[in-house]
Amino acid sequence: MATLHTVNKSPFATQTLLSCLGHAKAGDTVLMIEDGVYGATSNTGLADAMVGMGGAVTLAVLAPDLKARGIDEGRLLSGVKTVDYAGFVELAATHDRTQNWL
Amino acid sequence: MTDGVKKFLYVNRKAPYGTIYALESLEVVLIGAAFDQDVSLAFLDDGVFQLVKSQDTKEIGVKNFSPTFRALGDYEVTKLFVEQESLDERGLTADDLQEIMWEDEDEDYVEKPSIRIISRTEMADVMADQDVILSF
Repeated sequence: MATLHTVNKSPFATQTLLSCLGHAKAGDTVLMIEDGVYGATSNTGLADAMVGMGGAVTLAVLAPDLKARGIDEGRLLSGVKTVDYAGFVELAATHDRTQNWL
Repeated sequence: MTDGVKKFLYVNRKAPYGTIYALESLEVVLIGAAFDQDVSLAFLDDGVFQLVKSQDTKEIGVKNFSPTFRALGDYEVTKLFVEQESLDERGLTADDLQEIMWEDEDEDYVEKPSIRIISRTEMADVMADQDVILSF
């Protein structure tokens, strides 16, 4: 009974990503989209909080939104997987529900 | 404020594409450039993301407006202040930003960089030095 969480706000502008991470349960997936993709980058003040989620939650990021913002996949935190639009649909289909953290 | 020229500062604090603020700011800057004022742009907080190089928006179906920053020099908009602390907090360095140059007609059109990376304290001084501040 896993949940797909989506976050579309920059973690530097709002607390949305941190709140989402604080509510996600083991087995869930947190997918960062739109300005949310900034949360997946390394060497930021937030990287520790992201890494602290360990392996319990799957972290994913939408590749087209990364490319739009000039973020190379080599800059991502280790353990973050990239998905394309088809992968987004797949995640929605394989989880029991989707929760959008707006 | 002699001869009617005022100092205008456009403050950019939003990431590109997630909201319309960044694009709207650039549009207003280009419109305002017609009025021969003393224009500066400030990039702080998530605004620094607007200047990151290698943006490619083909797959999200919106216009990539980042190349337009390189045209600002032709409109005599040559002061783009970027805050160092905002870069640091986001894991960015000056090398992650696109190169933006302007041609100095007083020095045989030599090319000079428009981006000036300054500290938060210096940014406060830039802000305090303005006649008009427009926030995006």
